[in-house]
Amino acid sequence: MERDDLIVNDSYALNAHHSDAEGAKIRSKIWKVTALLTLLTIVEVGMGVYFKRSEDFSWTAIKWTFIFLTLVKAGYIVMVFMHLGDERKNLRRVILAPYILFILYLIFIAIREGFGHMDAFNTFH
Amino acid sequence: MGGEATKAISKEVLWGGGRSPFSVSYGKMMMWYFLVSDALTFGGLLTAYGFARAGSTEAWPIGEQVFRALPGVEGEYPLMYVALMTFILIISSVTMVMAVEAGHRNDKRGVVAWLAATVVGGLIFLGSQAWEWSHFIHGSGGSFLTQTEVTVAAEDGTSVTVPAGTPVYMDHHFGDLAAQWLEGSPDVELAEHGAEVHFTENGAHGSHEAHLHELRLNKYVENETKVVGAEAAKLWNARSANFTFGANLQDSEYAVQQTYSNFFFFITGFHGFHVFSGVVINLIVLIMAINGVFERRKHYETVEKVGLYWHFVDLVWVFVFTFFYLI
Repeated sequence: MERDDLIVNDSYALNAHHSDAEGAKIRSKIWKVTALLTLLTIVEVGMGVYFKRSEDFSWTAIKWTFIFLTLVKAGYIVMVFMHLGDERKNLRRVILAPYILFILYLIFIAIREGFGHMDAFNTFH
Repeated sequence: MGGEATKAISKEVLWGGGRSPFSVSYGKMMMWYFLVSDALTFGGLLTAYGFARAGSTEAWPIGEQVFRALPGVEGEYPLMYVALMTFILIISSVTMVMAVEAGHRNDKRGVVAWLAATVVGGLIFLGSQAWEWSHFIHGSGGSFLTQTEVTVAAEDGTSVTVPAGTPVYMDHHFGDLAAQWLEGSPDVELAEHGAEVHFTENGAHGSHEAHLHELRLNKYVENETKVVGAEAAKLWNARSANFTFGANLQDSEYAVQQTYSNFFFFITGFHGFHVFSGVVINLIVLIMAINGVFERRKHYETVEKVGLYWHFVDLVWVFVFTFFYLI
């Protein structure tokens, strides 16, 4: 298997340069993502103001829409603004996989096991 | 004594040996590791918030009813101020990514200009947060608990029975003078003539009055109800000596549960502290860029590293916005 971690030139940073033409392409992508993030934020705020809370299914659906839109926004920030999408696949996995696993586990344990101790928790606040 | 520690590691496989794991520099990778651990802290905080909220037996305050004031404007604008703060932070994230892009072209002027814009954006966000905190702490009129059960007609005509110990919310003109009156200020007088209730403030610049026009029930939770005129006076007359104005670490007008304002202070405060340190770090890197440090190094990777931190601050706010304000 070909090694992908070998760098002939000893400075990674020196290899990260790009030309003016590439720069123009990157900038146009940045502005597109900006427009999308702004649009999603406006949609979220509009939904938050417009929809009234209720106990039925509609509010649950709205909540999950909020979470979905937030994850889309987070994805664009991490992959484009933080350039994780341009890094090597193995780095991407080393960063994302442990985090997603830990957070899913934390949420699972809070929901699944936490409420048995809720009385104890309520005495602390 | 097994394991790697006893073996001599050939210099080749180290960063100093001309090889970078994942083909990123040491500093950038450590920044990513730091961000993962910091993201776990915020993830833990937001999970704890959801946990406290799901386990609460009392109604939980609703974001669009708690955060609906704008500086210097009368009236209600649900979530507008927070939306503005979110937009400011997204834009400052954009100026940061533009600075990083300019750095990749070794464009010193571009880096300096975009980085300066990022610092300004960060300062505007911090200023906005200072106002939001001050407004949250000061409150918007305060509340009192009822002493006895009272039945009133709401503004829409429905009859509401208010049990003893229910919080009743004042508007901010009336509430501000009520707060001064309760503190025993000699400048504020209370006048009650049946259904007509007002405070008079005799200040250095003449006197002004605040009338009891409207009181609210459930101001920050579901079923917000307005009570006006003579019906409001009935609620006022049923008041106890238990008043609350704004929020601090012991008391809160927003919720029966102190946990709500505690989480507000901790989550937005911890995030605000990240923004503050981000602004300081950006400023240091801006000064380095102006002094030509990165030109001499022939690369702008430092801008990229502080950029990662700055985007992370934006990323956290996206989640705080959803889970604290929207849901």
